[in-house]
Amino acid sequence: MIRAIVSRIKQGHRTMPYPAAPLQMPERFRGYPVAASLADSADRSPECPYGAFSAAEGGCLDMGKCLFCAECPAGNIEFTTDHRLAATKREHLLVTPGAPRQFAQALSNDLLRILGRSLKFREVSAGGCNACEADTNVLSTIGWDLGRFGIQFVASPRHADGLWVTGPVTNNMTKALLTTYDAIPEPKIVVACGACAINGGPYIDSPQVCNGADGLIPVDLYIPGCPPHPGTILDGLLRIIDKIR
Amino acid sequence: MNGSLRTVYNGSSVPMADIPAVGSSQFLQNILDTVDQGWRIVSYFGIPGPAGVSLVCLLADKGEGQLAVTRADVTADHIPSISSLCPQAQLFEREIAEQCGLIFDDHPWFKPVRFHHPFVPGRDAWNRSSDEPIRAGVMNYFQVAGDEVHEVAVGPVHAGIIEPGHFRFQCHGEEVFHLEISLGYQHRGIEAALFGGPHPRTLQVMETAAGDTTIGHSQAYCMVMETLAGIKVPPRAEVLRGIALELERLANHTGDLGAIAGDVGYLPTASFCGRIRGDFLNMTAVLCGSRFGRGLLTPGGTIFDLTTAQCEDLLKHLAEARSDLTDAVELLWSSPSVMGRLEETGALTHEQGLALGLVGPAARACGIKRDVRNDYPFGIYRMTHLPVATAFHGDVCARTMIRWQEAQKSMDFIEEQLRQIPAGGHRVTALPGKGLRLAVALTEGWRGEICHVAVTDEAGQFSRYKIVDPSFHNWPGLAMALRGQQISDFPLCNKSFNLSYCGFDL
Repeated sequence: MIRAIVSRIKQGHRTMPYPAAPLQMPERFRGYPVAASLADSADRSPECPYGAFSAAEGGCLDMGKCLFCAECPAGNIEFTTDHRLAATKREHLLVTPGAPRQFAQALSNDLLRILGRSLKFREVSAGGCNACEADTNVLSTIGWDLGRFGIQFVASPRHADGLWVTGPVTNNMTKALLTTYDAIPEPKIVVACGACAINGGPYIDSPQVCNGADGLIPVDLYIPGCPPHPGTILDGLLRIIDKIR
Repeated sequence: MNGSLRTVYNGSSVPMADIPAVGSSQFLQNILDTVDQGWRIVSYFGIPGPAGVSLVCLLADKGEGQLAVTRADVTADHIPSISSLCPQAQLFEREIAEQCGLIFDDHPWFKPVRFHHPFVPGRDAWNRSSDEPIRAGVMNYFQVAGDEVHEVAVGPVHAGIIEPGHFRFQCHGEEVFHLEISLGYQHRGIEAALFGGPHPRTLQVMETAAGDTTIGHSQAYCMVMETLAGIKVPPRAEVLRGIALELERLANHTGDLGAIAGDVGYLPTASFCGRIRGDFLNMTAVLCGSRFGRGLLTPGGTIFDLTTAQCEDLLKHLAEARSDLTDAVELLWSSPSVMGRLEETGALTHEQGLALGLVGPAARACGIKRDVRNDYPFGIYRMTHLPVATAFHGDVCARTMIRWQEAQKSMDFIEEQLRQIPAGGHRVTALPGKGLRLAVALTEGWRGEICHVAVTDEAGQFSRYKIVDPSFHNWPGLAMALRGQQISDFPLCNKSFNLSYCGFDL
């Protein structure tokens, strides 16, 4: 017992100050795209194997499909270390040069009144590779301490206010996902976490998957990335409960 | 070893024509004979052809550090099952049946593995029509009958943030008589999509075959592509790959140590390790921007190099993490209430481990000295020797201790490598692969042996690409470990194996 107390003192208080202080992102992190590089890549008749980039509108990157590959197969797209990628509307994930930056919006006043101070999710992995799951899980560790914002992952859909989807939604998980969604009482929200859950990710158009949750259930928050950085996830969550604007 | 087997080396390829095609009875006899002599099935798969199925089996002999391959062309739609004589073939035979429609006569457990339609429409081992939907988890489960025997069904959706799987327990009161595990919920069709590859998507698919083992699987894929193309990776890249692989092991072992502590209700270690795991993931992000190693490896080397400043940064963070992790883990061994829960829970014997063909920490916890880095060294492990940690009791405690011992060795390794990264380039140009060959790559991921086998056609494209995740060997180990245990110990036993659903389901 005394050893545990000594260890506790040694390990110290390690919850990060975010969002009061900015996050330290790794210098090679690939976040929000550089607008100029989109225009540059549009001239090279781009071909992204995941359909994330098109030459339309002077170069349009769909962050919902983008895997933020280290070597962009669609040409020369560069990324900043800006981790704020989440959006509340699917079309807000489309980035074009010159278009205004779109962040996730707060829930409606009615929803905020009910869910704003206590938001519980039931997570369903529907074909996820365990990376989105792992970096969702990490938010509950002492480093991120998600509980301080009133957000928690719960064991039963009956106790939940929302469904948290990871994975491209495999044929074999579709029924379980929909059953879980139905078991959550109204009002409820849905979060699609990661490229797979948004649009199929690396498995887009595989005959074994449904290309994400979007066509099956109404999605309220899209969190891009393969997998999203925990900072990207937390940014989206804090924006929908109006803790950051 | 008889003349109808062809020796192969890890990270090399042989012409398909050099592997003699034998009759199916000789083929099965080859497997049984070699397994009898202490060999082990590493990979066993079918290649559907116009006139039937070609069966290929890769076997390993640890004693001599040998790998050998045998093959047979089967035109019949039936073949005898060898699972009753050789339990490690059990899942492989079911997988071949599901993918290629070959029926294994007298298989004791003949049911689907992943619940999908066969590669070739119409060749279905269970005579299901191609337009008939297949429902995951719907099969005949083994049942125990009798007074007060009851069945507990769990999943596919579980209580935590984990992947889906279905578990059926046959219980007598609290005691588990038998556990049957039915997976396939994560099936994304990876192997079917690899016919005719490599495709522009292939590297990202390999990175996400089991997303917590990105480096382990992409290293194996890169080795396959490099041997097919006949290119050599620069030494600097080999070191960077080795550092990334050990960081992946450290992150996951640390997470497991914390989760095991959490499952016995010991919160200090659970909390500390949950955070320290993030430190190792962040070190991987220093290498390539991704906490899971996405975008680090590519056929020909690594996409990113490491600067001197980054090296210093990593060494500093590694020293801090080592101190924190040591402190957190030592608490476990000095807490009798923790040790009381870990010891003698979910034990497997040495013999069971051998018969099931276990790999990785689960095998080493049963005293089976089996580690690809040591037995069939690849990459940097050909130059640096990592000691193999083993234990003898095969219980949750042994699997926990193995993780801590391996974590220490991995930290020593990374520190040593960071101080002596060879100069020179980190990447050479990738080239297209040669045709009509069979390439083999084994790596030691944090869960154990990862095996990739590619067979190419005349044009050098994949006529088959087979992935075996260590979980494929080890899930039956978890089922066996539960026998005679309290059902309330399932979460703890499960965590002590921590197997991959997506790596199994592909």
